[in-house]
Amino acid sequence: MKQEIRITGFGGQGIILAGVIVGKAASIYAEKNATMTQSYGPEARGSSCSTQVIIDEQDILYPYIRESDVLVALSQEGYAKFVGELKPGGTLIYDEDLVNLGEAKKDLKLFPIQAQRIAETDLGRRIVTNIVMLGYFTAASEAVPKEAMIEAIKTSVPKGTIELNLQAFERGYDEHAQRQGKK
Amino acid sequence: MSPKGVPEAVIAAVSADEHPIAPFLRMDRMPHIWCSTCGIGTTVKALASAFEKVGTDLDKVAIVSGIGCTGRVAGYVKLDSFHSTHGRSVPFATGLKLANPELDVICFSGDGDLVAIGGNHFIHAARRNMDLKIICVNNFIYGMTGGQVAPTTPLTALTSTTPYGNAEPPFNLCHLAAACGANYVARWTALHVRRLTKTFAEMLVKPGFCFVEIITPCSTLYARKNRLGTGLDVMKYYHDNTVIEHGADPATTDIVFGGPIICGKFVERDRPTWLDYQDHYLGEKLGEKYQRGRMLQEACER
Amino acid sequence: MKADSEGVRTGIHYLDGDRAAAEGAIAAGCRFFAGYPITPSTESAEHISERFPQVGGIFIQMEDEIGSITAVIGAAWGGARSMTVTSGPGISLMMENIGLAAMLETPCVIANVQRGGPSTGLPTMVGQADVMQARWGSHGDYEIIAYAPESPQEAFDLTVKAFNMSERYRTPVIVLLDECVGHMVEKVTIPEADEIEIEPRRLTKAPIGEYLPYAYGEDLVPDMALAGMGYRFHVTGLTHDERGYPDMSEACQEWLVPRLLEKIRANADDIIQFVEEDTEGADVVVLSYGISARVSRLAIQMAREKGLKVGFLRLQAVWPFPEKRIAELAKQIRSFVVVEINLGQIFYEVQRCAAGQCETLLSPHAGGGVHRPENILKVIEKGAKAK
Ligand SMILES: Cc1ncc(C[n+]2csc(CCOP(=O)(O)OP(=O)(O)O)c2C)c(N)n1
Ligand code: SF4
Ligand SMILES: [Mg+2]
Repeated sequence: MKQEIRITGFGGQGIILAGVIVGKAASIYAEKNATMTQSYGPEARGSSCSTQVIIDEQDILYPYIRESDVLVALSQEGYAKFVGELKPGGTLIYDEDLVNLGEAKKDLKLFPIQAQRIAETDLGRRIVTNIVMLGYFTAASEAVPKEAMIEAIKTSVPKGTIELNLQAFERGYDEHAQRQGKK
Repeated sequence: MSPKGVPEAVIAAVSADEHPIAPFLRMDRMPHIWCSTCGIGTTVKALASAFEKVGTDLDKVAIVSGIGCTGRVAGYVKLDSFHSTHGRSVPFATGLKLANPELDVICFSGDGDLVAIGGNHFIHAARRNMDLKIICVNNFIYGMTGGQVAPTTPLTALTSTTPYGNAEPPFNLCHLAAACGANYVARWTALHVRRLTKTFAEMLVKPGFCFVEIITPCSTLYARKNRLGTGLDVMKYYHDNTVIEHGADPATTDIVFGGPIICGKFVERDRPTWLDYQDHYLGEKLGEKYQRGRMLQEACER
Repeated sequence: MKADSEGVRTGIHYLDGDRAAAEGAIAAGCRFFAGYPITPSTESAEHISERFPQVGGIFIQMEDEIGSITAVIGAAWGGARSMTVTSGPGISLMMENIGLAAMLETPCVIANVQRGGPSTGLPTMVGQADVMQARWGSHGDYEIIAYAPESPQEAFDLTVKAFNMSERYRTPVIVLLDECVGHMVEKVTIPEADEIEIEPRRLTKAPIGEYLPYAYGEDLVPDMALAGMGYRFHVTGLTHDERGYPDMSEACQEWLVPRLLEKIRANADDIIQFVEEDTEGADVVVLSYGISARVSRLAIQMAREKGLKVGFLRLQAVWPFPEKRIAELAKQIRSFVVVEINLGQIFYEVQRCAAGQCETLLSPHAGGGVHRPENILKVIEKGAKAK
């Protein structure tokens, strides 16, 4: 099944790396095809930043989002810009400290998390916010197998930080089960 | 025939039919295109003598020229020689040298070629201390295109595009090269064949960016426009107005119209070359993993 | 011969097109790179600056693009396989010396990651409007070879091919990427070194004293000498004879220039590469290249869902142009639909080759983004009704 995923946030949050990890996981470690692109240009400087990943068993003919299945939002600006392209019934994963849904569309599957807060307080490093988010995304969206994500993280983050990043990933992944349990 | 003060060798170089450096030249390309009393030939002769003096392996020398009267040197020397595009002899030579560091790579070109259109390459090659030997024939003018103003033309001099006299201050090329980092900087006139030969010989064994400027008569255009007489009259002028001052601060060696020409070896120093720097920094950083650019030729022949 | 295993990063990678092209170059034996940073090509240069010191290559960031291309040419004559990478204004600056490379018959590769123009245009956004410039950009008559990859994998593959063709035909070869392909990240499989065929340089074996730099044989390509081999040869950008000596005559021009074109034209079948799908029985053939080919596929799928008979011709080599195949197809179909991110460049070539045998329609785009498949679909629908 084809999956169109957008991850958005602001510069410095590791959004592009997150896109690379998802694409790599799907295409190298899960034997699907995955094309990752990012927005360049003035709109990519400074504040806003986004990446798209298209995942498919088939060849990817058109490598850009037409209607997204999943939106991962780590900033208000990114959320506002891209929530419109989510298809009905699509998955919205967002950091509830950073994104205020306002009048959200009713027909979305909502997955809130406090990724940045977890990164800061539980893991002591704000820099792994993106990886906490990826753990949560992996559990919530089921777009890419967990093992594949772990492999992709190991080969994408700086050597000395693998342990920390894997911890962050697991923490985000578990957060999903915890939140589901509370419901 | 021989005007006072002009050595026989100069007369021979500029006017003989039987050329003394025939073995060094592509005789099948003679007669050359240069005007009869042009000074470019003299500079070629001095280089040939320097090769002989140093015992250079001529199979390992490459000459690169740009475009211009001087640029034609590449076509007349019996060496691996590249007649590139206007202004680009220095980057061409940079690629050649880095691909095969065994070569002695010499740029032989005009003032306009090297420091007008090629000025950006020139200053950066000097900054990098690229291991190139730059021979600049400075005739104060664009010879090939018919005598237009050059960035070396002295103030007030007449050229075909400064019919009222040049109103732009020129570059002092030695000062420029020295300021940019050249390892070796010298200036002579086309009259000083013996000294020029010695300078070329030093240059050939000196690592790094070496710059030799030769003030040379363009008899047909610059001399005629400015009523400086024949090529030999210009040589006479050099004789009477040259001040030899080795070690002079290049900043004090500006050339003004009708003024003295300060000559000599102005700079000789030992900054590391571009490749030295690469080896040093990359070697330090990468350790065992560092591989210096090998004889890239092997890759083609393998 | 086979690639040098030292430079080949065998394995499966997740790479953007810029870096994939750089890996292709390294695999192909490129060991000299001179360039000047410009978006969207910079990733290539950055990647090479990191890789070269570990594989015995020389990377130098020059003072401008003119210096870059000229150093690349110089390095080729010193014996290196050499390359530069640029975009937009940079490729314009290189044009004079691309002509020098063609005239001296210098093997080298220039990658142009196309962005929106003219002038500074859209530095970070896509364009495909340098296609005719690749063909005719330097003054004078010459033929060029240019490949246009549609994916990072193809950026790798076609860069290897570009090097091989540049050696085989002693000519500059352009790899025409576009910003989308350059920045898109996908899986790239790099084969084992011994699966990568490398064209050796055509070095002369003439005895010293008997070498003629521009004497040629049946395939019209002269053998090359390198500086330092002892031949003491001369080459010039002036019109030259067999000896490499300037000969500025009408007769010498007539001896030299037609061969420069003919060595590419006569060997076009060897150089040209395209992918043809479902053209048998098609009413419309969509012709495209680079990122536009990717986008076209979706439009073709949509058209087929509507019952239209649509074939696809994707150019991997843009130059030389597959004139013969287009002329043949023109006799069998109603129309060509050319999809490109410009306002009509390859379109006119297709029209010329179709020679009135069928309609040729353009689906244009001014740049800054890719086509909306719906817009291409509209042109396909129009094309299906032609004649
Ligand atoms: C790009 C380009 N612009 C202009 C020219 C025309 N041109 C040829 S030689 C020359 C100037 C030559 O002057 P200089 O370098 O001083 O050499 P000289 O002839 O004086 O030895 C010019 C402008 C050219 N060949 N290429
Ligand atoms: S025009 Fe001047 S520089 Fe050129 S050959 Fe004649 S005298 Fe020499
Ligand atoms: Mg001059």
